[in-house]
Amino acid sequence: MSDNILEIKTLNVRFGGILAVNDISLDVRRGKIVTLIGANGAGKSTILRSVSGIVKPVHGEILFEGENIMGLTPEQIVKKGITLVPEGRRVFPNLTVLENLKMGAYLRKDNYDNDLSYVYRLFPRLEERSWQSAGTLSGGEQQMLAVGRALMSSPKLIMMDEPSLGLAPLVVRDIFSIIRTINENGITVLLIEQNANMALKTCDYGYVIETGNITMQGEGDKLLNDERVKEAYLGKSRNG
Amino acid sequence: MNITSYLIRGLATGGQFALVAIGYTMVYGILKLINFAHGELFMVSGILMIYIVADLPTLPIGLAICLMAALTVFIGFMIEKFAYSPLRSAPRMSVMISAIGVSYLLQNLVSYITGGLSKQFPDIPIIGESIRFLGIKDKLTVFLSPVIAIILTVILVLIINHTKFGMAMRAVSKDFETSQLMGIKINRVISITFAIGAFLAAVGSVLYFAKNTGINHFSGANPGLKAFIAAVVGGIGSIPGAVVGALIIGVAESLAKAFGLADFSDVISFGLLIIILVVKPTGIFGEKTTEKV
Repeated sequence: MSDNILEIKTLNVRFGGILAVNDISLDVRRGKIVTLIGANGAGKSTILRSVSGIVKPVHGEILFEGENIMGLTPEQIVKKGITLVPEGRRVFPNLTVLENLKMGAYLRKDNYDNDLSYVYRLFPRLEERSWQSAGTLSGGEQQMLAVGRALMSSPKLIMMDEPSLGLAPLVVRDIFSIIRTINENGITVLLIEQNANMALKTCDYGYVIETGNITMQGEGDKLLNDERVKEAYLGKSRNG
Repeated sequence: MNITSYLIRGLATGGQFALVAIGYTMVYGILKLINFAHGELFMVSGILMIYIVADLPTLPIGLAICLMAALTVFIGFMIEKFAYSPLRSAPRMSVMISAIGVSYLLQNLVSYITGGLSKQFPDIPIIGESIRFLGIKDKLTVFLSPVIAIILTVILVLIINHTKFGMAMRAVSKDFETSQLMGIKINRVISITFAIGAFLAAVGSVLYFAKNTGINHFSGANPGLKAFIAAVVGGIGSIPGAVVGALIIGVAESLAKAFGLADFSDVISFGLLIIILVVKPTGIFGEKTTEKV
């Protein structure tokens, strides 16, 4: 089997005539953390949503473990072992914390008690609040719940769309440390971030996306020290 | 008739409206659509009962009711498939217009089949018979309606709150896309929601028409409208709300009759609606519409 768990080849996605993703190709190595950075509207979310089957691309190929998954329904894709933590957390506010976690395991027929206790070990706060409705949680707790919910499907690949969005710096640090823990436990991570600094420090490999095209790629620390990346995404000027 | 018997008749009508109102409120909860065709579906199920009993005279009445309920569920399902499902990503107004279209379609179809004449609802044994209870003599359906409505509501609420499918329904009602990401087939959840609503309307139609004998193609309009008002008064989207709203409307209209204001029963229902919309626009059990992003 190839080293790449996910391969995207010449992916094109249109939104009402506008090309949101233009011939993008990228690979995600098994067991690694890969990040996509880029400005708002660059097409990052669209790529993840295409992989999840929520958005239908115009053409291209999405290979998961060597098999083309483009055109499958979101449900079939979850069954293959891909999960998405959506942007803005999107927990079900009217469901309890425990019910939200059970929703993550919706398609599973096997016993998921082990995964539940694993999620509770990662996020003890969720166990304390398991009977509370998710709408009453703080933003950070909701993000933890969204990640926990995704883990409940027992995925091989977890995709996260802006997990640090709108969170306090301390919470952001927690989230990134959790991402590393999840990855060390054997799950491949594909991460989108606007917090390019944190993302590049955490990832093994990164892609820079601008208006639907990949403009740079490389190992995390290599990108972190790249002058163009520094200027555009890390807020450091070339002469500064 | 004394005041108690008016009260009981009010609860009976309320129970029958409640079974229809649940269909409105559940569909609204999931699709944010006022399914205007729901009252017509209620009428169609009454007409189906008439034709089933007439064409299959040897069929026991219990089986006839089951057959009628199955056909009603099937029609409810088909309405969703052909009139609403293709408009899933269209603006909400388009779906509403489609609902109005279905409503006229059903009315006209029934008018075509019956020739626009009023048809006699068959005598339903047991529930159509008069009994004396609490010193009041009335048809059994009158005493039974609120009880059946409440039992079915309790079962429904238990399903929604305590089963995996119920959990999926609550999730879909909040967020289609994230539900899909969990692997829920939202179209299936929506179909089943319509099926449940249609089934309850079918039960309601037997109870309702067993005391009101004649049915024509307009017979669904008034109960449909009252059930819709009940759902709004109770807080649209809330199942217990729909039941409470329906019981209030039923009792209010019946008491109006008790005080010799039968001609004003519509005024009272719509008056209640206006008062609720002014005082508490989300209805008695309605949730706040503000949501944290």
